[in-house]
Amino acid sequence: MNKIILVAQREFLTRVQKKTFLLTTIGVPLIIFAFYAAIIYFSIKTTDHFTVAVTDKGNIFNGKIDEKKSSEVIFTFVNDDTAALRTQLESGKFDAYLYVPATFSANSGDSLQFRSKKTVGLMTREKIQNRISKALEEKRLLSMNISKAQLDSIQEEKEYITFASTSGKTENQAKVGVSYAVGMISGFMIYIILFIYGAQVMRGVAEEKVNRIAEVIVSSVKPFQLMLGKITGIGAVGLVQFIIWAVLIFGIQLAVPLLFPGIAEQMQSQPIQPGAMGAANAVKQSGALNGLMAGLSEVNFPLIIGCFIFYFLGGYFTYAALFAAVGSATNEDPQDAQSLMLPIMMPIIFSIVIMMQAVNNPNGSIAVFGSLFPLTSPIVMMARIAHGIPDGVTVFQLILSMVFLVIGFMATTWMAAKIYRTGILMYGKKVSWKEMWKWAFKKG
Amino acid sequence: MGKILELHDLRKYYATQKAVDDISFSIEAGSIFGLLGPNGAGKTTLLRMITGIFYPDSGRITFDGAPFDPLNDVVKIGYMPEERGLYKKMKIGDQALYLAQLKGLSRAEAMEKIKFWFRRLEMESWWNKKVEDLSKGMSQKLQFVTTVLHEPKLIILDEPFSGLDPLNANLIKDEIFGLAQRGSTVIFSTHRMEQVEEICDHIVLVNLGHKVLDGSVASVKQQFKENKFSIQLQDVPANLQHPAFIIESQKKNSFVMKINEGYKSNDILQHFLQQQVTIESFQEILPSLNEIFIKLVEGSKATTRAFQPVTD
Repeated sequence: MNKIILVAQREFLTRVQKKTFLLTTIGVPLIIFAFYAAIIYFSIKTTDHFTVAVTDKGNIFNGKIDEKKSSEVIFTFVNDDTAALRTQLESGKFDAYLYVPATFSANSGDSLQFRSKKTVGLMTREKIQNRISKALEEKRLLSMNISKAQLDSIQEEKEYITFASTSGKTENQAKVGVSYAVGMISGFMIYIILFIYGAQVMRGVAEEKVNRIAEVIVSSVKPFQLMLGKITGIGAVGLVQFIIWAVLIFGIQLAVPLLFPGIAEQMQSQPIQPGAMGAANAVKQSGALNGLMAGLSEVNFPLIIGCFIFYFLGGYFTYAALFAAVGSATNEDPQDAQSLMLPIMMPIIFSIVIMMQAVNNPNGSIAVFGSLFPLTSPIVMMARIAHGIPDGVTVFQLILSMVFLVIGFMATTWMAAKIYRTGILMYGKKVSWKEMWKWAFKKG
Repeated sequence: MGKILELHDLRKYYATQKAVDDISFSIEAGSIFGLLGPNGAGKTTLLRMITGIFYPDSGRITFDGAPFDPLNDVVKIGYMPEERGLYKKMKIGDQALYLAQLKGLSRAEAMEKIKFWFRRLEMESWWNKKVEDLSKGMSQKLQFVTTVLHEPKLIILDEPFSGLDPLNANLIKDEIFGLAQRGSTVIFSTHRMEQVEEICDHIVLVNLGHKVLDGSVASVKQQFKENKFSIQLQDVPANLQHPAFIIESQKKNSFVMKINEGYKSNDILQHFLQQQVTIESFQEILPSLNEIFIKLVEGSKATTRAFQPVTD
């Protein structure tokens, strides 16, 4: 036991002391943050105005196109003919013109002429199109004797059905959405952890073998202790890295509103879904935000975080042993590892497929199977647990899954240790899965 | 002095070969023991069983008077394997410290011993260097230090001089003698027979997984002697014919003679003394270990063994 700690300590310290560790641990969140900051900064910063001259011979806009504050597209109404507009456009008085002929009717299939000097950017084009078509739409509705208010009241989403489980709790629509997102994100996080740190274990073992230090170490430490120490050390690095990331991301989230006080309003004033529903959306948005908050408050975070740590560790230990076994079977040629890794990657990728199902249908038979089977449960169970107990998963199934995972971890570690013991001292030979299988199950 | 290590009927079979097939021998405490054999003879497997890395399929190992307990006894063993390396990116001081701690030394103890050995082998300035900056010979020296640092009762060195220049080889050789004098037992595995002759007290030769030779260097040489003598005379005598010997080669006034069955060396001397020839030198020619090795191993298909299926 003491030796496992010694090995783990070395693994942990050599990794943490590397410059790349600092770079990835602190650098990555900072880069992401800087990237977002840049995007936000530039989206606020755009002061370039795009002026459009509108000649409304058909009088379809009533001299007004819905103006939005801080919009970069400005419509000015003029009364010139196309030739005059063209010369003014050439002289640079405005950036584009829109000509509405007198015969234009919103209800017929006529289209309007929009001429610009330079090519109009995609974003600007979309904004212009949205606002003009919205104005035209209103016109068409009025011609059919439907007022805007009437339309809004029809389009307003009403909940005709209330979904509730037998437990009697009413399910908030937003809560299901939040559960979906939480399940998805935590599932994917475990998926990434398994790959990143699993691969690190594999590379570490292969390095020890290629450097020929394995036999030196194994003469003072049992191979099993060496393997477990390595896995523990790298797992600790992963845990520390994740905690630092979590702290940094949380800190940055707090810092952003302080650094950019205008951001919150800016974000809300920008329509997410342009279209006929634009106006209605703005109203609904704040409602959705409240719903989201309500949904978040209903998610059982202590349970999810607890389970996340359990399945993170359980999944990591289960797979890390397998990755170590593959690492021990590789030689100087890193290509060997590629083909040997495939059978380990399959269940991980398969887990993601099942997880996609499970977030939608946490009690489907595939989801239940996936959340119990130890090779897929770390990822799949996160999707189910996000829906809470007992809606997503029963206490019994959760405990069963945890027990299976612990058994699975012991089984893979036991098997991997035997492969590792033989593989780590086997030089110059290309090893197949068939041979590794033999090593794992031979006696002694 | 008692036996530090006794092997009884040790066996280890792999899927494709009998690596070690019924080998028994014992090693005196405080001696320098040579384990010899051609490539693939089973030496490494044997050493791995002695160091607790492999478990024998059958047979017993007695270490220091008690059944070998790999878990606790490994701290009394220092093993420098043939396939050896170090963590390339790790600092040399840290590396030595880590390996010493794995052998059960406390940090302070390890530190003290490392300092002692580094000073002794003039390696003090290396502490903060990385292994990748060392030459092969330098890292070999470091390997040696980490092997003997914890003052093991049994030191196992597999090809310890490969890659060392004569100066450093002598340095290590002297350390090996010193360690043996201070009571450690050294098992020394190599293909370089002249080193064995120089260093070892006792040897065992393995081939094809079997023990083919076991004895002290002197007794082995006696066992394989061919009763040859070199003699140098002042003049070439008239009569060189005598039933006691046949002349194998002659170079001016020096001869190599083989004594025939039933005669002794004194018979040769007598023959020349009777002829009033001055004998300038007379010496028995003992076979070198190299010759014995080649004689025993040659023709045994040792090199092709790795590809033979196991039949039994």
